[in-house]
Amino acid sequence: MEVESSSSDEPRSIAVEKAIEVDIDPGNLLVSDSNEISRLQLNSNPAEYLKELTRSNTQLLINRIFTLPFHRVDDVIVAELPKPTYVLPRSKPAPKARPLSKWESYAKEKGIVKKKKSRLVWDEMVKKWVPRFGYRRAEAEHAKDWLIEVPQHADPYEDQFEKKSEEKSERVAKNELQRLRNLAKAKKVVVPAAKGLTSKVKQSKEELLTAAHTANKATASLGKFQPKVGKLKPLKGTGKKRQFEPLINNQEKAKNLSVLDKIMNKKPKIDVESVVSKSVGSGNLKRKGQGQDNYGDDEDGGQRRGGRRGKQMGTKNSKIKKGPAKKGSFKKGRASPRSGPKKKKN
Amino acid sequence: MRPLTEEETRLFFEKLAKYIGENIKVLIDRPDGPFCFRLHKERVYYVSEEIMKKAGNISRDNLVCLGTCLGKFTKTKKFRLHITALDYMAPYAQAKMWLKPNAEQQFLYGHNVMKSGLGRISENTVKYSGVVVYSMNDIPLGFGTAAKSTTECRHTDPGTIVCFHQADIGEYIRSEDTLT
Repeated sequence: MEVESSSSDEPRSIAVEKAIEVDIDPGNLLVSDSNEISRLQLNSNPAEYLKELTRSNTQLLINRIFTLPFHRVDDVIVAELPKPTYVLPRSKPAPKARPLSKWESYAKEKGIVKKKKSRLVWDEMVKKWVPRFGYRRAEAEHAKDWLIEVPQHADPYEDQFEKKSEEKSERVAKNELQRLRNLAKAKKVVVPAAKGLTSKVKQSKEELLTAAHTANKATASLGKFQPKVGKLKPLKGTGKKRQFEPLINNQEKAKNLSVLDKIMNKKPKIDVESVVSKSVGSGNLKRKGQGQDNYGDDEDGGQRRGGRRGKQMGTKNSKIKKGPAKKGSFKKGRASPRSGPKKKKN
Repeated sequence: MRPLTEEETRLFFEKLAKYIGENIKVLIDRPDGPFCFRLHKERVYYVSEEIMKKAGNISRDNLVCLGTCLGKFTKTKKFRLHITALDYMAPYAQAKMWLKPNAEQQFLYGHNVMKSGLGRISENTVKYSGVVVYSMNDIPLGFGTAAKSTTECRHTDPGTIVCFHQADIGEYIRSEDTLT
């Protein structure tokens, strides 16, 4: 204790002994100590040991700072820190390169390299160097095109100057559209205008479907009150997303049991199969007899029909029985039922 | 890996109920800790909750399988039981068939069961219900669908099929690489 208090009173030595020299980066005010940590001390009194270690390393940093060139600014001594040498890692990933525009990607694919062009070009007509683009280009153009020849088959009353400026503005508009398209492609935005009917000659099935859906939605209420048009298939990717239950949930067992209950209760009360199989000895024979009664020699057909819908057959048979007696006429294919009763009589 | 949806659970239970009926309850509600059904790569696994929680740390791509595979959903969303489910079906089976020793091999090679190979059949087996097939010394060999009911079996010729093959333990060798 005594030693402690005495040390805190007097200023301690600024010299620090280290087995391995520490790396000091005064630019970042960073010290990295590669000396081994004494496990014994760290385990016995970690707080004290870490504090001591920090102090000694800080002392080394401050020692280094005092060796740096310094000057005075408004009663404050300021040391000039050198450029930092330690490369700090980025906290965020490096920015990605701008995605290539449509032309750029095409040029890359085809190996087209941009050639440097001179800014001024020699114009034969005006005998002058005129800029290729930009400042004073329009002026040069104007000087050149003070007169335009009307083409051979063109309408003579058409204003060729107006036509030319219109063409130019169209080119500008087209370029702007392409620029925006490239921008949208880079940001992966679906351009709403591209979803409607395009000016293609022949649309594909999908394109027509999207167009129909877009038209259906193009009302003030976003198609909420729009009547359904025919059998319009829903668009891809517009359905509800599936939602699954979390991996760990407590209600799972109860849910499974309720599903099981539903399945078990759904089963028909009278199990037709078992009833049939039970009465396979007596019941089936009886039915066979009936069939023979009604159908006579047409045994196969009678059995098959009887097996599926016994009740219907019964009514039919009664009709058939009555049929010939009343009307006296029968189709040739159904001649056999008639022969049945006859046989019986015989 | 995810829990089954209600529709999937229904399809799965309906298929399983053909073999073990009400006994599905025993699989859901087990005295030795909670067990659950999990869907992974269209396959249904029966796994203890403890293992399932641990497997939850593994990404979907890296997880090969967990617990016991009971079967899989086909692309048309029908459920097919796999032979690996036999361990859970055999003790609770409602309809059973026992095969004569000389018919065992035929069945284990993936063939249907003929009347001639049928040693014993459980009482009141319903036609087209699921049956678990045993050898005469009560070793479960696989499962299938009853082609004939018990009473019908008595009256048929020895050459007729009495059980349609669905899965047998021979698959552990035959389709070793596809079983998970």
